[in-house]
Amino acid sequence: MSAEEPPVWGLPQMEACPAVPGGASKVALLGGIYSNHIALRQAIDDARRRGAEAIFCLGDLGAFGPHPDRVYPLLKENGVITLAGNYDDSLAKGLDDCQCGYTDPRDNHFALLSYRYTFSHTSDENRRWLRALPREIRFLMGGHRVLLSHGSPRRINEFLWESTTPDHFLEKLCREQEADAIFVTHTGIKWKRDLPSGKLFANVGVLGRPENDGTTRVWYALLEESSAPPGVKPCLRVGFVPVEYDYRELAREMREEGLPEEFVKTIETGWWTTCLEILPAKERQRGKW
Amino acid sequence: MKAESVPPLVRLASLDELWFQVGGTLCNLSCTHCFISCHPHNHNFGFLGLDAVKRFLDESLELGVKEYYFTGGEPFLNRDLPSILEETLRRGPATVLTNATVFTERTVAELWKISEQSRYSLEIRVSIDGYEAVMNDRIRGEGTFDAAMRGLEMLVREGFLPIITIVQTWPEGETAVVFQRFVETLKLRGCSRPRIKILPTLRLGMEELRTRGYLPEERVTAEMLVGYNQDLLLCNHSRMVTDRGVAVCPILIEASPAHLGSSLKEALGPFAIQHAPCYTCYLYGTICANSSAGASGADR
Repeated sequence: MSAEEPPVWGLPQMEACPAVPGGASKVALLGGIYSNHIALRQAIDDARRRGAEAIFCLGDLGAFGPHPDRVYPLLKENGVITLAGNYDDSLAKGLDDCQCGYTDPRDNHFALLSYRYTFSHTSDENRRWLRALPREIRFLMGGHRVLLSHGSPRRINEFLWESTTPDHFLEKLCREQEADAIFVTHTGIKWKRDLPSGKLFANVGVLGRPENDGTTRVWYALLEESSAPPGVKPCLRVGFVPVEYDYRELAREMREEGLPEEFVKTIETGWWTTCLEILPAKERQRGKW
Repeated sequence: MKAESVPPLVRLASLDELWFQVGGTLCNLSCTHCFISCHPHNHNFGFLGLDAVKRFLDESLELGVKEYYFTGGEPFLNRDLPSILEETLRRGPATVLTNATVFTERTVAELWKISEQSRYSLEIRVSIDGYEAVMNDRIRGEGTFDAAMRGLEMLVREGFLPIITIVQTWPEGETAVVFQRFVETLKLRGCSRPRIKILPTLRLGMEELRTRGYLPEERVTAEMLVGYNQDLLLCNHSRMVTDRGVAVCPILIEASPAHLGSSLKEALGPFAIQHAPCYTCYLYGTICANSSAGASGADR
């Protein structure tokens, strides 16, 4: 796949949606990368080792981390099929902010520092590449209609947290979007739900920073078909995979680049220090700050 | 007729937040900025009981409502409220807006138990209007600062992380200093991680007397909506249940014709934002929800 020709997925009608590449029965779903090129490289290798036949990225390639341009070759060389997150949309359009959707002044202050750094360190060529990314990706897997999007299928920067997203809301999304399984990222914390109708939803978490649990690991998701007898439709299952990576090296690069110490502390301690006010009560209670 | 004189219509894109005027207009306080003039003898709107709330909760399921909000008056004067919150939290996340002056240790412990039993978040939003008694009590009444602080401390001891909502009654230039003083006060009271939301005043009810009402030119026109992200307007994604039926939003329960029907389905139509407070909502965006709909919501 060449850099100039990113994959154009996201067909509007599910009837017309393509089968997953190579008829894969196991695929990896990577959430926000936030310029964490070290964790990205490790996650791609890990997914391959675990037998993932295709790798998708649900957007937000930049933010928080150092050297945003180091992410792009990894995605291109490894054929990672990528959609646009709010960050990518902002960079591609040259907007003034990341459209993260924060409402608190302190959250917005740090979001702006991060965005300005990422903007000024992303090459024109990579910004052009971002422009061609689709907003959503749809494919059939085991006879199930799978939909990948960034925040939610209806809004690129909608936060879908576990404690504020009810079953009946997700059922409505599946109905409206004509999907049997929906996967998103954007919040930074993974979770999944088997819906009463048999449909599946998951937030795949992010590779970019730890998920506010006091550990330094980050996460991605593996989606696979269960084996089924001939003539029986296989089920889809999603599981989360931890990635232990060289976070000390990432922290060193971040300091070298003069990124805010608050961002580095999150990488080193696993506790979020910024973008906290958007967290709902239960997710906030589980954190330290 | 000129284009700008036609009241612009805002369609309900999706019913994401359902509000309940569960405490009616009855309140143990008589705040001088209250936009629906709640006080201890205001029975203009009555309580909503558990059965009434359940009927709307059930109707909300097929509409895919995402969050539930409870307000008044003072919601905790309604003795059904703990049961209502328990019933709600079986279905989705709930937020309750309170002045925190009527709590007992027992009520707070019960709330925590209800919260812990649910997979969904229970948010408690506490209204306080000053970082010290003299600033707060001139608006909310004598002794209310100490009473609210006692309630807040009960919540924090139990494990809650309440969101403190403050109506901005100071000049814009002082916001940073006021915010910092609030943080200091809240930390002294045991809130190690203060969550603070500053709200604009609504020039209605008692607030009209305290400062001023809306000026004739303070209205939203069709022209103003050109290129405007309507996700920022509450009427684009919310409705409000009262004991008189379903209104468009929590602010306009007394406005006519802001009542849209007796069921949610009857209240899903577009709304003409011709009322003066719509101007405040237009300027500040989603002032009532816990967090905004997002800076770029154009592709809903």
